[in-house]
Amino acid sequence: MNNRVVYFLLAMLAYSPVFAELTIEITKGSDSALPISIVPFANRSGQPMPEQIARVVSNDLQRSGDFDVLPTSKMLSLPNSSSQIHYRDWRLLGQNYVLVGEVALDVPTGNYKVTYELVDVYQQKRIVGEVLSANAKGLRKLSHRISDRVYEAVTGVRGAFSTRIAYVTSKRLTKNKTEYRLQVSDSDGQNSFTLFKSHEPMLSPAWSNDAQHLAYVSFHSGRPAIYIQHIKSGQQRKVTGFRGINSSPMWSPDDSKLLMTLSKDGNAEIYSFDLASSSLTRLTNHYGIDTEASWSPDGQRVVFTSNRGGGNPQIYQMSIRDLVPERISFEGRYNARPRYSRDGKSIYYVHQAGGGFHIASMDTETLENVILTSTPLDESPSLSPNGRMIIYSTKLKGKGVLAVVSVDGGAKYFLPSDHGDVKEPAWSPFLN
Amino acid sequence: MKSNSFKHGLAFVLSGLLLAGCESMSTVDETEDEFVSETPEEQAVNETSGAPEDAQVNAEAMAAQQAKEAAEREQAALREVRTFYFDFDQSAIKSESRAALAAHAMFLAANPALKVVLEGHCDERGTKGYNIALGESRAKSIASFLKVNGVSDAQLEVVSYGEERAAELGQTEAAWAKNRRVYIEYK
Repeated sequence: MNNRVVYFLLAMLAYSPVFAELTIEITKGSDSALPISIVPFANRSGQPMPEQIARVVSNDLQRSGDFDVLPTSKMLSLPNSSSQIHYRDWRLLGQNYVLVGEVALDVPTGNYKVTYELVDVYQQKRIVGEVLSANAKGLRKLSHRISDRVYEAVTGVRGAFSTRIAYVTSKRLTKNKTEYRLQVSDSDGQNSFTLFKSHEPMLSPAWSNDAQHLAYVSFHSGRPAIYIQHIKSGQQRKVTGFRGINSSPMWSPDDSKLLMTLSKDGNAEIYSFDLASSSLTRLTNHYGIDTEASWSPDGQRVVFTSNRGGGNPQIYQMSIRDLVPERISFEGRYNARPRYSRDGKSIYYVHQAGGGFHIASMDTETLENVILTSTPLDESPSLSPNGRMIIYSTKLKGKGVLAVVSVDGGAKYFLPSDHGDVKEPAWSPFLN
Repeated sequence: MKSNSFKHGLAFVLSGLLLAGCESMSTVDETEDEFVSETPEEQAVNETSGAPEDAQVNAEAMAAQQAKEAAEREQAALREVRTFYFDFDQSAIKSESRAALAAHAMFLAANPALKVVLEGHCDERGTKGYNIALGESRAKSIASFLKVNGVSDAQLEVVSYGEERAAELGQTEAAWAKNRRVYIEYK
């Protein structure tokens, strides 16, 4: 018995992620969450389990806000396959869905062979199931895949647990020295690694739609410049370093161009930069500030921030054909940094109300808007690829942290860090 | 002793009031006038130096010299002010910034080989991209003021850090006010 505990601890040490920078604190669940039970998977592999699959899946589903996961201690039985399930037990517990599974050893490869099944308690039938295999390092990824499948089987929406986030951390080393890092991690904050490190500010990471590159702004040369970095190889390319502002890069839907803000021609204007030819097309022309542009998913429209209409920032939209900006935000004195929803029908942006800055959404047709967050310094909203959640940055006890809210405002969680301030989150597209 | 320090204190308060009054009333045009009046004074000193025998003239020259030195000390003291503050979401120069900015302008105009970087900053409120542009607007307001007052474009460089480099940490109005700034860095 004692031996097994020691063995387990050693395995934990050996396989625990090198740098779990962000942890998760769920602050608010959704009222409409579906009851689901994730039964601990039986381990018949004869080897210790470096990841508890059921725990990873439970955490994924719980923080989505769409599920209410039953604690293991309340379960009346612990089945490992659909044939072992007594449906009456789970009905009694008010459960709609039960996930069961087991882990075996795949002898020829030495990998873990994981079998799982999701059953619908009321229909008394299996609705999804697979046999997957992974080595010790791949078990976490495998667990997220199960979460994705369960999520899609129940909600009809593709799960986004197997995705990544990029963000910037800053840590004051001395009064005059701050370390900035561009980080990439799994969507739950685990397995983070540093893409670029500097003692000068970095901001605005933006994922290419193929999820292979990040575009961002770095001041490491002493002046702001826009860079593109290949995530796998780490190879970095300087895109623009004009005199003045080089900011807010944003990929076109086909990854051939970047929208960006440059002030080389006088003041902050929006340009489209063609990556193959390195040619620039100017999209705005006004003495006011034009910045923070983003492409609609169909590539036909651009939405951006401008203070052209009276000095304070508001949101404008224009067709890429005629480039005539039309103001679409009218409530409040400060509306900025818009991003389109996946269907292009609404935008998510930063809205000032009652002295605080919150994340809001707006229908681009009816202009109806909803404030989704309530902390005072919320910014940089970025949508999950399935369009269900928004990650953004906020301040918690004076520290910059990432937070996630569901697009209906129902569920919310924080991703606090033990490593300085965290900001500028960008949710990756689907990875495959 | 006590009354002496009281007098000093009173004089200090009075001069402070006078200064405050001047500052709040001064405009770009007035500060320009100040520079114009400087030049004839210098010429006057040069002309009188041709007649050293005349004690009266000599004393006047000395007085003029002393006045000039005092003015220079005052200008140097004004140039100690390198950070200029702004209101939220504004890039208009505040009236209390003008005297020190005018001193920087005069110094830079007289030393065309000198170069400065104007660093624009914002408080943490609002969005980062917009704050990058706002920080530039602030730095450019300062640049325009300096150019109007004789500084050449080649001496000026503008860099905006937006909200990325806070001078003061904390989520208070006092900290935010310290962060909405342009810093003049001599190279």
